Amino acid sequence: MRVIGLGNDWRSDDGVGLEVARRLGGRVLDGEPLELVEALDGEGEVAVVDAVSAGAPPGTVYVFEVGRVPLPARLFGAASTHALGLAEAIELARSLGRLPPRVLVYGIEGASFEFGKGLSPAVEDAAERVAKEVRSCTRST
Amino acid sequence: MAARTKTIRTDYLARVEGEGAMLVRIRDGRVDEVKLRIYEPPRFFEAFLRGRAFTEAPDITARICGICPVAYQVSSMLAMEAACGVELGGQLRALRRLLYCGEWIESHALHVFMLHAPDFLGYPSAVELAADHRELVERALHLKKTGNAVMRVIGGREIHPINVRVGGFYRVPERRELEALVPDLERAREFALETVRFTAGFDFPELEQDYELVSLRDPEVYPIDRGRLVSNRGLDIGAAEYEEHFVEEHVEWSNALHSRVIERGSYLVGPLARFALNADRLSPLAAEAAREAGLEPTERNPFRSIVVRAVELVYAADEALRLIAEYEPPDRPAVEVVPRAGVGHGMSEAPRGVLYHHYRLDEDGTILEAKIVPPTSQNQKTIESDLRGVVERYLDLPDAELALRCEQSIRNYDPCISCATHFLKLEVDRA
Repeated sequence: MRVIGLGNDWRSDDGVGLEVARRLGGRVLDGEPLELVEALDGEGEVAVVDAVSAGAPPGTVYVFEVGRVPLPARLFGAASTHALGLAEAIELARSLGRLPPRVLVYGIEGASFEFGKGLSPAVEDAAERVAKEVRSCTRST
Repeated sequence: MAARTKTIRTDYLARVEGEGAMLVRIRDGRVDEVKLRIYEPPRFFEAFLRGRAFTEAPDITARICGICPVAYQVSSMLAMEAACGVELGGQLRALRRLLYCGEWIESHALHVFMLHAPDFLGYPSAVELAADHRELVERALHLKKTGNAVMRVIGGREIHPINVRVGGFYRVPERRELEALVPDLERAREFALETVRFTAGFDFPELEQDYELVSLRDPEVYPIDRGRLVSNRGLDIGAAEYEEHFVEEHVEWSNALHSRVIERGSYLVGPLARFALNADRLSPLAAEAAREAGLEPTERNPFRSIVVRAVELVYAADEALRLIAEYEPPDRPAVEVVPRAGVGHGMSEAPRGVLYHHYRLDEDGTILEAKIVPPTSQNQKTIESDLRGVVERYLDLPDAELALRCEQSIRNYDPCISCATHFLKLEVDRA
């Protein structure tokens, strides 16, 4: 399974997606999410990992399969604070016929998105859990 | 008649980079208050830079923005080089300019097609635009990919280039590496010309403002990588004089500082200003495209900035091709920069406008003080005054439409607001 991490290492837990990608030797995308449209293009299944801010306990992990259906409307609507959100990038890839058949999006709830480096302990643990899960998916396929 | 108070609020602005919120209060049919609240990195990076080596500034400041890292790198390198008494010339400067052209192509393509065009074409976002106009979005992706390729070949990476350093580069490309970019750049230039024609046909809301337009000016070329700072009200200064003429102020509703010309108040930086003050420095092809598009010599309708951006896309591709055609690998990848105690100032033209850096170094090159003025904080006051103009003119529109028009006005400035968290704003309703 190809792994793509999104985020910003300089905004605390926003770097968790990048951390998971690094642990799995995946692609690190720390610019804007439109890069994802290009990065998704290719063979095989893809796991995309990003931080989320949904008010759940830090380290909570959400998983969505977006290969056939969009990210939940609520998530899609308020996609991102950035130029183009993750959800928009995925839908754009779908419109352009570039979305692989199976894409898993992992969202990891962050505790802090303040300027600064390093993950909170609960988020660090979640990074390891997600890395393990993605690794095991890769083995079973 | 009873007082009628109407408040339009947008809690976050979709398609503006970073987070932002806007408040417009209307009282008795008049605009009472316009506030743009943005969450700029308060002074985190300036504090973070203190105590670091002068050589680290390009890599650290590149992290301020995921869209315009080269702008931050170049302004910081210019400031460090000025502090140490070095100025790049010849092919080293040309390579830096070429890298910057890559960033302009990438950033303008993203903004024009993905963020701003949907406003003019009546789509909520690029996703819906892509469903109806797939070829437009494919064109944007080609342009963006071309900009990325230029950045990768010279910068070593597409985002946050790692091959640049104070004094030049770690490694310079071979001729053939740059020549490999030519076919894509030629196609990008064609796409850009089509984009000028396409955007020129949009329906532009009416708004004419009397701006003080501020941009760099270079003796020979369209301003990108350096120049003196000039304005249509007689300003003409070097980077070292910037703080004698401009001041940043705190306003209570925003974390970002608002800049003004000390003598005169608000001003505008970015494509409209660059074009008005430097149209004579465009390449013949870009100048012809601007003429065909019917751009006024001093364009004062901020909505037409999308056309100017398209003209600048033509220029950036054209200029990149010129720089590649004239490229000879320099003998060495960098000039030696020996630190010394002192101050240095640097200015360059980020895609969204002038980016100013100022550093104070001790004798071994440790940074004692850093000051960074991004283009968006310079445009804040002007964005607010545009919003006031737009709301006054379109007061009769239903709230939702008026709010959209306000968002479109803010996007005229391609503001780089919080550069850049991109976590998902996710809300879970468990009821």
